[in-house]
Amino acid sequence: MLAGLLGVSVQQRLIANASRSHMSVRSLIQLCRKNQTEWITFQHFCFLKRQYVKSSSGLCQRAGPKQEPVASVLDDPDDSVVSQVQQIPALKPEPGTAVPSCDQAEPEAARAARLEARQWKELKVEYSDLPGIYARLSKIKLTALVVTTAAAGFAMAPVPFDPVTFLMASVGTCLSSCTANSINQYFEVPFDSNMNRTKNRPLVRGQISPLHAVSFALACGIPGVTLLTLGVNPLTGFLGALNIFLYTCCYTPLKRLSIANTWVGAVVGAIPPVMGWTAATGSLDPGALLLGAFLFSWQFPHFNALSWNLREDYSRGGYRMMSVTHPSLCKRVALRHSVGLIGLSALGPVLDVTTWTFPLVSLPINLYISYLAFRFYHNGDRQNARKLFFCSLWHLPMLLLLALTCKKRHVPQDEAAVAPSTPSLAL
Amino acid sequence: LVHSKDSKKDSKTATRSPTKHHTGETIPLIRRDPSHCQRTGFSPAAASKCDWIGPPDRLSNLRPIIYHIPENETPLERTLRHLRQDTEDWSHEFWTNQNFTFSKEKEEHVRSQLSSKGLSERDDDGRKRTLSSEEMAVFYKHFLDKNMTRHASYNREWYGRNFTITLLMARVALHNTWRTLTGQTRGTGREKGKST
Repeated sequence: MLAGLLGVSVQQRLIANASRSHMSVRSLIQLCRKNQTEWITFQHFCFLKRQYVKSSSGLCQRAGPKQEPVASVLDDPDDSVVSQVQQIPALKPEPGTAVPSCDQAEPEAARAARLEARQWKELKVEYSDLPGIYARLSKIKLTALVVTTAAAGFAMAPVPFDPVTFLMASVGTCLSSCTANSINQYFEVPFDSNMNRTKNRPLVRGQISPLHAVSFALACGIPGVTLLTLGVNPLTGFLGALNIFLYTCCYTPLKRLSIANTWVGAVVGAIPPVMGWTAATGSLDPGALLLGAFLFSWQFPHFNALSWNLREDYSRGGYRMMSVTHPSLCKRVALRHSVGLIGLSALGPVLDVTTWTFPLVSLPINLYISYLAFRFYHNGDRQNARKLFFCSLWHLPMLLLLALTCKKRHVPQDEAAVAPSTPSLAL
Repeated sequence: LVHSKDSKKDSKTATRSPTKHHTGETIPLIRRDPSHCQRTGFSPAAASKCDWIGPPDRLSNLRPIIYHIPENETPLERTLRHLRQDTEDWSHEFWTNQNFTFSKEKEEHVRSQLSSKGLSERDDDGRKRTLSSEEMAVFYKHFLDKNMTRHASYNREWYGRNFTITLLMARVALHNTWRTLTGQTRGTGREKGKST
């Protein structure tokens, strides 16, 4: 367990610079030999304290076996680091120094202290790491998904495709999402520290300061919302700002107060495709709301399934999620909304967004996710939750793609009278 | 814990390993927060001008920070440092308590459930018996409900403290930038602009 913990916290750089750390260890050993008595007195006390804590199981952190965190698109990429535990290279004794005798004579306390000292890092920004840090701070994968849904909304709008507006809307949405995610992480540092899924985030690890994170958020948010307002249209800008507000000031605090957070979160997820549509058309049409409704409903099988396997972490962290406090509601809502997706798909042709083929071609995937949701509802076990969650990951892109291919081609007014049977492409 | 003061250091290697240096090196503890060192048992090198962050604490999962106290620390910086230290200690205490209580109550729940079923704590292979996730879910719900007010008040106070700390950091950063720009130096010279 100790080795595992150390493997996780040791930076890859340290491994790469094994020779340098090897030297430092050597000098540490020399240091410990010279000041052995002094080190023991102080370090030994701290070590003994730790040993006491470890041995009394009541004070142990975790009683049961650790659960594998469910991989998700919402995960930080660094979670993969957790699984690749690197062993610290074995120390080779240097000829000349009486290291073997030191090793034997070196008490556990000093060795533990030395290993602990390795894990301490300077709170300093490493500029070469910044791009990676910013990517993790802004939850780049989630941001990419948000921009994709906004792009889908833009593409589904029944207007000629304008690449410039499309680009500005995408960039603006990307920046807004970065802002929202950064502020979310800024608010949640102590909670993220205590959950397996999130404990490698940049602010938790101290790679940047809170002030730096807030500055980054402002540096993304202000240009992002401005770009949306001035470069696209004020409605889209307003929606972008609203979404940032909803995510940071409503959803994030609500996570610890009430299960209503899931519904707020679903609205937050629904707004980007609406933004994409309004960026194209400039108005809030029923079609926009339909796309938003797709995302809203999809959110429930997605999130409820994910949270089902994280119940212990949520409970310990103080998060009020349906999966913990109202398990039957959790399953019911997931099922309800999965089935609802079928109904929403049928609305596509009704609202002139898609052709009639859309509800037909999307029926298989909608039925499949509903079936998995039903299994989840009926059995309520980890396996089914995981299956439902992974299905939701491919279901949404597939659904949007199908909607795009079945998009209703609108006949321009002047051609309608001439050749109603040959609709021209709207794109 | 007394060490003798050492001479000039290679700044590059100082970042890699804090105590990589010579024997008989000093770490003047007066310059670091003593209560913090007692908790962590680690002391950074004397010449280091940065704060240091450690591995997650075993009890609270929060990473302890050892704050560097610069010479001629301004009152503003001192307020910031004290606030950060105090927030860290307060948070640490909350989470230690939280995690400990959670583990303890979880064990009790498992024990009571097993005994109500007439099962022993360990099965025939000597492994600890675990309950199904549905049985555990009862406990998780209960734990959340029981601690709701405590969580809510921690949340409120955390948001306030976090916000105040960030504001103070901004003020300190602006103040230091202003002083550097107007050519006033501190003494040992702090880095310009943000020190993370």
